[in-house]
Amino acid sequence: MGRLLPELFTFCSFLVYFVLSLRGGRRGWIIPLAQALSFAGMVIAGASVLQEGEFFGGSYRVDLFSQLFKVLLACGLFLVFAMGRRSEEEVHEGYLPEFYMFLTLGTLGLMILVSARDLISVFIALELSSYAVYAVVPLRKRMVGLEAAAKYIFFGAVASGVMLYGMGYLYALTGSTHLGTILEGLRKVMAEPMGVMALVLTLVGFMFKLSLFPFHFWAPDVYEGASHLTTAYIATVPKLGAVALLLRLVHLAPADAQAFLWVLVALSALSMTLGNVVGLVQRDLKRLLAYSGIAHAGYVMLGVVAVKQSGPAPAIFYMAVYLLMNLGLFLVVVILSKEGRNVGVEDLKGLWRRAPLLALTLAVSAFSLAGIPPTGGFMGKLVVFTAAFRAGHLPLVVIATVNTAVSLFYYLNLVRYSYCRDPEARGEVSVTLGERVLCYLLIILILYLGIFPGPTMKIFEVAILGL
Amino acid sequence: MELQLVPNSLPYPILSTVTFLPLAGALLLILLEREEWIKAVALTATLLNFFLALPLLFAFDPEVLGFQFVETSSWFPFLKARYALGVDGISMPLVMLTVFLSPLCVLCSWRAIEQRVKEFMFCLLLMETAMVGVFASLDFVLFYIFWEAMLIPMYLLIAVWGGPRKDYASIKFFIYTLVGSVFLLVAIIALYLHNGTFSIPEALFRDYSFGFQYWVFLAFAIAFAIKVPMFPFHTWLPAAHVEAPTAGSVFLASVLLKMGTYGFMRFSLGITPRASIHFAPVMVFLSLVAIIYAGFVCLGQEDMKRLIAYSSVAHMGFVTLGIFSFTLWGFKGALFQMLNHGVTTGALFLMVGIIYERTHSRLIEDNSGLGKVMPLYVAFLGLFCFSSFAFPGTNNFVGELFVLLGAFEMKRTVGLLVVPGAVLAAAYMLRLLKRITWRERGQQRPLRDLCPREVLYLLPLAVAVIWVGLAPKGLTAVMEPTLRALLEALKTHP
Repeated sequence: MGRLLPELFTFCSFLVYFVLSLRGGRRGWIIPLAQALSFAGMVIAGASVLQEGEFFGGSYRVDLFSQLFKVLLACGLFLVFAMGRRSEEEVHEGYLPEFYMFLTLGTLGLMILVSARDLISVFIALELSSYAVYAVVPLRKRMVGLEAAAKYIFFGAVASGVMLYGMGYLYALTGSTHLGTILEGLRKVMAEPMGVMALVLTLVGFMFKLSLFPFHFWAPDVYEGASHLTTAYIATVPKLGAVALLLRLVHLAPADAQAFLWVLVALSALSMTLGNVVGLVQRDLKRLLAYSGIAHAGYVMLGVVAVKQSGPAPAIFYMAVYLLMNLGLFLVVVILSKEGRNVGVEDLKGLWRRAPLLALTLAVSAFSLAGIPPTGGFMGKLVVFTAAFRAGHLPLVVIATVNTAVSLFYYLNLVRYSYCRDPEARGEVSVTLGERVLCYLLIILILYLGIFPGPTMKIFEVAILGL
Repeated sequence: MELQLVPNSLPYPILSTVTFLPLAGALLLILLEREEWIKAVALTATLLNFFLALPLLFAFDPEVLGFQFVETSSWFPFLKARYALGVDGISMPLVMLTVFLSPLCVLCSWRAIEQRVKEFMFCLLLMETAMVGVFASLDFVLFYIFWEAMLIPMYLLIAVWGGPRKDYASIKFFIYTLVGSVFLLVAIIALYLHNGTFSIPEALFRDYSFGFQYWVFLAFAIAFAIKVPMFPFHTWLPAAHVEAPTAGSVFLASVLLKMGTYGFMRFSLGITPRASIHFAPVMVFLSLVAIIYAGFVCLGQEDMKRLIAYSSVAHMGFVTLGIFSFTLWGFKGALFQMLNHGVTTGALFLMVGIIYERTHSRLIEDNSGLGKVMPLYVAFLGLFCFSSFAFPGTNNFVGELFVLLGAFEMKRTVGLLVVPGAVLAAAYMLRLLKRITWRERGQQRPLRDLCPREVLYLLPLAVAVIWVGLAPKGLTAVMEPTLRALLEALKTHP
């Protein structure tokens, strides 16, 4: 059982919130509790990174690949919770235990997902994580989240349906639900349209999570409508799980499956182009981040399509950096937000004078998202670009580079507003000690991954996909 | 051609020190609160760096064909990217130029920057690290990081402490240069996949196919041409210069622009020699256009800073012309002009900064007739203006002469076409000098002549102008073997 410790611990913390949600009374103290529990979860996930083993007849596998992702998931959850001093402003106090409960449950689902090696367990894990998050979206005060929640559920349900359809094909073609057996069976049919379609349709569920074109429609509305913390969670943690599964499944595809790879390459190119071009005109910070997320889904696909040649390390590294730099921006959003209202680009005006540390966090995160050295975002881009180039996807790399230049405009715009504009009537922003620490932590980590990528990459490199 | 890599034999890792000492200084600034301390630390860091860098000049062995003071260690094994620093006859003088100018930039900002001194000095020191790093890197990833990392502090220097149109100028600068360099990244990855390493020495002088060279050259050329900037990519430069604070302008003109020409010299010639020869006519043509067009534009300028900015375009035209003449004279002239332009134009920007602090105007009109009021100022200005249009006895004369010799050696028509450009330079510079010095001055408030601090930072530049002008031999000796070897490699390569 020790090998399942991260999952078990997450499940236990879920139970704690569940019990708490049954009681009434003041709930403010639940925030530090959640922070402590998620921190412990992170430590436990980190401690059990070297575990290995198989469960349930090979349908659940604990290996370095899955354990690394569990660490990243736990880190993501902790960082999101650590940002949450002001979650009371956004979520009804009465719902706070539920809020933490569902996010923890969602993370549990994703942890199971990255270990799942059977279509059934994949599907169940994915739905577990999805439904938990569906329930969190409408918890925002003022009910602005309702439309977002409806959209999220409908799109999610359709994506799940399509994915099930694809899984049905996979089963029909190979007669098995076990990923390893499917791999064997697919070799014969991968040249046929049926094989390609089965695999692509199966991927739809993850593309939806990753908000990859054309399954991105939910992202801007959900980002805008959900509370800031929920959005920070949706923007980072489920995407980790999605990338893990995409890596596994693309790795599954036989080497000569050109048609299949072309589909992914096309989606990647379209996704980053659409995300960046539409991102140019966004005025709401969270909508902007949604489009930025769509673009980054495209970038990370560069690592995914090259997984056979370069292994999963580039994509994992990219996602690790993505987690940090995205949360950096969300942290700014959370702190700047007044009474849980959305933050526009205008609200960044003169941030440099109002809260220098926040402006720095914003600048480092934005430059990292734009891929400017010496930030981790640059190193992430470098490794996935190199991987894709090596795998022979030069046109895709060129498109990605052009996109990098386009995206610079709106990322730079954020920095520009915070450094070059007058604050006008906007007052000082108070930043608590905890938030300061978090700011410094994110800045240092983003720069560390950009300047000393070696050690981290070494860890990810060992995570060869065991299939 | 086999390049030697001579490890550093000095008692301290000189290139790492020179690269990262300013960064250490910058980090130290974070802890300080008092303005005097901040300025003092910044000045000490840059000065100390200059003195620590001096052994580069004195212990440099010109006869080594390859890189010296080399330091390597493992850095990012996944991409086989190493931490590797080293200099040769091309990059060593540029490193020296950078460390020479940095303390002057700190000094010139002593009074001019009133707000956010800490952040300003932080950016300056960061710039120094990035600039030295660009010239000293022997690994493409490292090079690219420094190359791009420099954008952020430079952007902030313009955007935060700049003039009225800083917003426009800074964003234009950033986007222009970044767009140029994204393709550089693709070319670097292509080279990596071809060579299996990001090492720069290993990428030089290899047999790449012409098709490969063709594309790599184009990707490189866009990045470097924007940085230089060559006509028609030059429009970001006047905007950035006019709005940047004095120290920013000096760094921009004196060092940043050199990164483009350094790139041409190091990478375009060394990695894509055949494509360089193939594209040389285009490059020569663009250089000529830059020289003549910018010369005419200068004639019409009313803003001193704008005038000097456009004159930079013309001067850099000389540099690219020298590089793509493929003659030893041309190469020497180009490298000389890179250094000379750094000294002279940097000095001219300092002069503008000084007068701007007093009159709060950069218009020639508002600053005319200073001859009587500020004799010392006008004396320095005169020297630098003369140097700028390559008056014999000043540093630029040597460089321009070499470039002209190279141009004539390459093709007589090209040489003849450059001459009007040189004459134009005299015309616009003398026009500037005449109006600043001799016009009648109306009933304006009295102006203070140079204070000792200002003399202190102008004097080294003035000495450099005359010293290089009269005794260029020391510099030639440093750079000639490297350039000769480069030319040799170009000629022998198919």
